[in-house]
Amino acid sequence: MEGSHAVARAVTMCRPQVIAAYPITPQTHIVEALAEIVANCELDADYITVESEFSALSACLGASAAGSRVYSATTSQGLALMFEVCFNVAGMRQPVVMSIVNRALGAPLSIWNDHQDSISLRDSGWMQFYAEDNQEATDLHYIAYKVAEDHRVLLPSFVCFDGFILSHTYEPVDMLNQEQADSYLPPFKPYHRLDADDPISFGLFASPDYYQEFRYENDQALRSAQDVVASCGREFGEMFGRDYSGLVEAYRLDDADTAIVAMGSLCGTVKDAIDELRDAGKKVGLLKIRSFRPFPAEEIKSALSGVSRVAVLDKNISLGSKGAACLEIRDALYGSQIPVLGYVLALGGRDVRKKDIAAIVDNAEKGRGDIFYGLREELLK
Amino acid sequence: MTDKPCNLFDVGHRACGGCAAALAAKLILEAAGKNTIVVSATGCMEVFSTPYPETAWGVPWIHSLFENNSAVASGVVASLKKQGRTEKVIALGGDGATVDIGMLCISGAFERGTDFTYICYDNEAYMNTGIQRSGATPYDASTTTSPAGKCSFGNPRPKKDLPAILAAHGAPYVATASVAYPADFKKKVEKAVNIPGPCYIQVHAPCCTGWGFEGEKTIAIGKLAIETGLWVNYEMENGEVTRVKKVRRKPVEDYLTEQKRFRHLFRPKKNDGEIAKIQQIADRNAEKYGTDIVLKK
Repeated sequence: MEGSHAVARAVTMCRPQVIAAYPITPQTHIVEALAEIVANCELDADYITVESEFSALSACLGASAAGSRVYSATTSQGLALMFEVCFNVAGMRQPVVMSIVNRALGAPLSIWNDHQDSISLRDSGWMQFYAEDNQEATDLHYIAYKVAEDHRVLLPSFVCFDGFILSHTYEPVDMLNQEQADSYLPPFKPYHRLDADDPISFGLFASPDYYQEFRYENDQALRSAQDVVASCGREFGEMFGRDYSGLVEAYRLDDADTAIVAMGSLCGTVKDAIDELRDAGKKVGLLKIRSFRPFPAEEIKSALSGVSRVAVLDKNISLGSKGAACLEIRDALYGSQIPVLGYVLALGGRDVRKKDIAAIVDNAEKGRGDIFYGLREELLK
Repeated sequence: MTDKPCNLFDVGHRACGGCAAALAAKLILEAAGKNTIVVSATGCMEVFSTPYPETAWGVPWIHSLFENNSAVASGVVASLKKQGRTEKVIALGGDGATVDIGMLCISGAFERGTDFTYICYDNEAYMNTGIQRSGATPYDASTTTSPAGKCSFGNPRPKKDLPAILAAHGAPYVATASVAYPADFKKKVEKAVNIPGPCYIQVHAPCCTGWGFEGEKTIAIGKLAIETGLWVNYEMENGEVTRVKKVRRKPVEDYLTEQKRFRHLFRPKKNDGEIAKIQQIADRNAEKYGTDIVLKK
């Protein structure tokens, strides 16, 4: 199945009651597929054809507050347009689930993949899960709803998967059937809702006497979501055989000298490269970050405790600083003597191959990091 | 206990004495009743009515952002429909939220035929941030971003005609109203919430702080706006004007002289040229809507 269609099918089985979406490449196939599914009465949802991404997420906020499970999908410029609403949805603790089909941000205009879009919403209070392949992209939607709607969490969630690399790629995907999906994900039970029989006010203004405590509680909710992510991931594994209990996932890391840290589809390439590097006698392993928010710092610290160096691959850059994962890993390992070397790469869809991973390991072994990897020097004269 | 609808918007809010927007909220809920969900835009109304941990709203109420109340309302409407619920949805916004920053969302919601009522309380400037001009500020009004000065007579443009724009979207019901005519306003609200599809009411809401008059004169100022033809109360059904409030028109000066925002037209000396232009706006309104009472000979 095409990644987008697999995701649309999974979303259908999550039974959202309201969908609001706006087309944007490379997300479009998902919302087209869902429109067709709704048009054929395969899903009993109200599909709002909004006039912008800004309104898509605003409509989701309203529908969620009124008591419905909601869904949207976007990418890149669309997510940037939602910026203001994203903070609002998280602050109002609405468990909106949204697919982010990761794409670069302009300028210059690029429709191709990197992680700048979702990473730029790092501080918004949304959970962020990154998928390595279409199976994971599909499964993470069920898990995202279950975690988001858990009354211990009540936070919105991005399910991120790489534009074109996953969204437009055909792979075999093991789909749940409706009965399985229903047994895992119960109907939405809102914590509060807009209801004339029990009127409450949402979205009040808070003076300096109150504001900071709201932010603290938001932060606490996101931190404590770690346990719920783990338990919902474990339950998924127990029911369907694919375990997602780890917020990170290690590959051949046990005896590794060099640990590579990566997110998303890049992890597949890294695993293949590691197999070849291992064959050549290099002890390299991977730590894949599946949950960037909540960020499992302790889990990461313990997973990386035995390595000699860490090479962090970031498909994003905080201009003037580093890639987001690099900064987080450095923070997680603060106080240890393990060097953390950052590599910004694959921006705007530049391909990464196994030889590139080998070259990065080589750089890391020489202590050369905190660089853009794969620059075309001839363009920079 | 009997249900007293006037308590749906309660005392204790922080509005200025004489605030027409607060009066509008009270009248809206008296007309719409308790089976209503209100979606507010950021603005005076939202700030003065919901300082955490208090709220003045006796109906379910949600505020998200400045410019998205129509989109949030679209989501609420969709959710209610799926749940088979019967609450009426009213989106509320000031003129800045409505005719300026929220235009995209309003246009989208009306084009989609969303079953809701949008009510704009039009106090003719950004009052919450301190009296800056909006697209609904009238010609020559002095605001903090359209100040009268040595080479300025105040706001250089007439009001944007949003009712006409929304009527052009195919809205089944568009009306203007004034807090100075509360029974008329309530009748229009009741009508709008009971008509399926997107309905729009723009209610003139004189702002004592922003326009520069004493709070006890709110109603008198609202009446003068209508009596001079600078505000017209009308209803449009399916794009046609079906009802207009007729008046024996007074000269616009009667309205202008009562407000500090037009003071520069009279001091240090009277600016006959600019006042004549404002009179023309009133004359055109009267002609367009046929508001003048013509005495039979």
